[in-house]
Amino acid sequence: MAVLQQKRDAAAARLDALTVATGDFTAAARSDALARVQAQGLPARRDEYWRWTNPAALNAVAPSPAAGSDAGDEFAAFDRIKLVFVDGVFDAAASDDLSQAGIELLSAAGNADIHWAGAIYGTLEKAGQTPVDRPFAALNTATATEGVLIRVTGKAPKPVHLQYIHSSDHSDPILHHIVKLEEGAELTLLESGTPGARFNVVTEVCLSKDAKFNHIRVQGAEQDRQALTHIFTRVAEGAAFKSFTMTMNGVLTRNECVIDIIGDDAVAHVAGAALGDGKTEPFHHDDTVFITHGALRGESRQVFKKVLKNGANGIFQGKILVKEGAQKTDGYQISQSLLLDDDSQFLAKPELEIYADDVVCSHGSTTGSIDQTAMFYLRSRGVPVEDATAMLVLSFMADAVDEIEDEALRDDILSRLEAWLSRHRS
Amino acid sequence: MLEIKNLHVKLEEEDKAILKGLNLTVETGKVHAIMGPNGSGKSTLSYVLSGRDGYEVTEGSAELAGEELLELQPEERAAAGLFLAFQYPVEIPGVGNMTFLRTAVNAKRKANGQPELSAGEFLKLVREKAKALKIDAEMLKRPVNVGFSGGEKKRNEILQMAMLEPKMCILDETDSGLDVDAMKLVAEGVNALRDEGRSFLVITHYQRLLDHIKPDVVHILADGRIIKTGGPELAQEIENNGYADILAEHGISEVMA
Repeated sequence: MAVLQQKRDAAAARLDALTVATGDFTAAARSDALARVQAQGLPARRDEYWRWTNPAALNAVAPSPAAGSDAGDEFAAFDRIKLVFVDGVFDAAASDDLSQAGIELLSAAGNADIHWAGAIYGTLEKAGQTPVDRPFAALNTATATEGVLIRVTGKAPKPVHLQYIHSSDHSDPILHHIVKLEEGAELTLLESGTPGARFNVVTEVCLSKDAKFNHIRVQGAEQDRQALTHIFTRVAEGAAFKSFTMTMNGVLTRNECVIDIIGDDAVAHVAGAALGDGKTEPFHHDDTVFITHGALRGESRQVFKKVLKNGANGIFQGKILVKEGAQKTDGYQISQSLLLDDDSQFLAKPELEIYADDVVCSHGSTTGSIDQTAMFYLRSRGVPVEDATAMLVLSFMADAVDEIEDEALRDDILSRLEAWLSRHRS
Repeated sequence: MLEIKNLHVKLEEEDKAILKGLNLTVETGKVHAIMGPNGSGKSTLSYVLSGRDGYEVTEGSAELAGEELLELQPEERAAAGLFLAFQYPVEIPGVGNMTFLRTAVNAKRKANGQPELSAGEFLKLVREKAKALKIDAEMLKRPVNVGFSGGEKKRNEILQMAMLEPKMCILDETDSGLDVDAMKLVAEGVNALRDEGRSFLVITHYQRLLDHIKPDVVHILADGRIIKTGGPELAQEIENNGYADILAEHGISEVMA
């Protein structure tokens, strides 16, 4: 009980410094989420789900300062609808017009009554609290100050790009986005940059029948920022959810993805490529995924690759839960790390929990170093060791990057990986 | 071109001697073949010359055009003009064949103080060379050797050879795993590269490859040494009689390690 009390005290201390907005379409969900996080308390080191990632920096009332940097206009080469957030505040002037044909875009702040979003806000997050508590997500629902609401009814004319700019050393934004794809709708969502010194971003993605959602996220290359993100998605019949995240640097990153497949023949893929160099600052990256199959013939993939050097830490916690009756489920999970020295470490906890008897589910996790046979092959062709290492790192990352369907976006991500590798040669 | 003197090599891990005083000279512009039974040290020779880890040279030297090879890193040997066509070319998922070729070509040019090829120049060159080897555009786009058939892998080795324009080419059992048609195609590729300034060392277990790549000199390697040297007729003799007689002549038991 003492531990729970400490956790609740931590939650109370954080909540004291935050405001729970009232009077808009989110009010009821917020007060519900507030009660939930007050009861759960914030995570403690002892919690099984936080065993490998110390939540202290996320629990702290104020964030550790982190210098902001201008990553520039990422995805500039792509025709997209750009929405800019500066330290978590929507910057209308820097953003494209919110009134776009074929897509409904709204800033979540200060909208009195939005029926479709009100029906989602906090709902997917709340459903994602079982069987594992995710107190920071509840905290987010209760206290988020901004976010974008995206509703698509057909094929979105262009990708929507959420561009985050971090300028204040002490910014601590809590953002809550909602994406709803109606039947047969399609959207590509791009995210880039660093929302703040510390940030808590929740995205609820509701996919109706046959909807297709592609998400490509590039987490900014800042060192000191403390990142916590959650994606909660509900995938209906025939719909497809695909999310890819590239992370470079970061003293603390935890990306959680909670996927609920509720309709037959649905697809959910989540992938990540993380590059960590602990040379100047520590690197800690945690991917935590929970996929629930609750319908027939669902296909899920988790593909996570981490390249770690100079004492970098990589974490993977991935679970596939196949409910009773979710026959013909095809679930696959792979998490791999490439350790470029002896100081780095990778910890993985793959889990399968299956209550249906006619499924194909598998998982794999490996930790290794550069393949010396391939290294010799490249060197024998005249490729110097450093270039050969870069090529083999890209080779290692390939399965994750290949999860990006769009070729131009895939090439864009590859060129970022190459650039990082050339900057981190020793 | 290549001068190997009294080369002694052992496996680092097993402390086992593989090459025991090997002497070999390949003149510029010549094609030499090395034949030998399994376990005679053929592949070890190719790996030691190209600089693979795991082998320890205990004695002897190997010079390429007057430059001591054994002290160089593998990439330096490549820059100096050595090329090894692998018996088992390595698959590298996620790295495009074109990217790989271009990196290799430009690394070598850079090492030799030449300007790198532009994308356009490279593309023109690679298309021209690939065409001669019947390597289509699709194969160039695919990841290095991934999903290639045995023949495609070997043709890809020869394409690399053609692109890198080495002085000294070592072919390690290039015929292994190839059917007759694939072997002919590979041999044609090699023959097209024969040149008065370029030497070849063709390592093979069977004589059949030498029907297509005609050697000037044939050596028999057994028990870590060259035990016999002759003309192309020596290969034919092996084909007809096997290795047993020659080995017996030299007092070597036929069954190697």
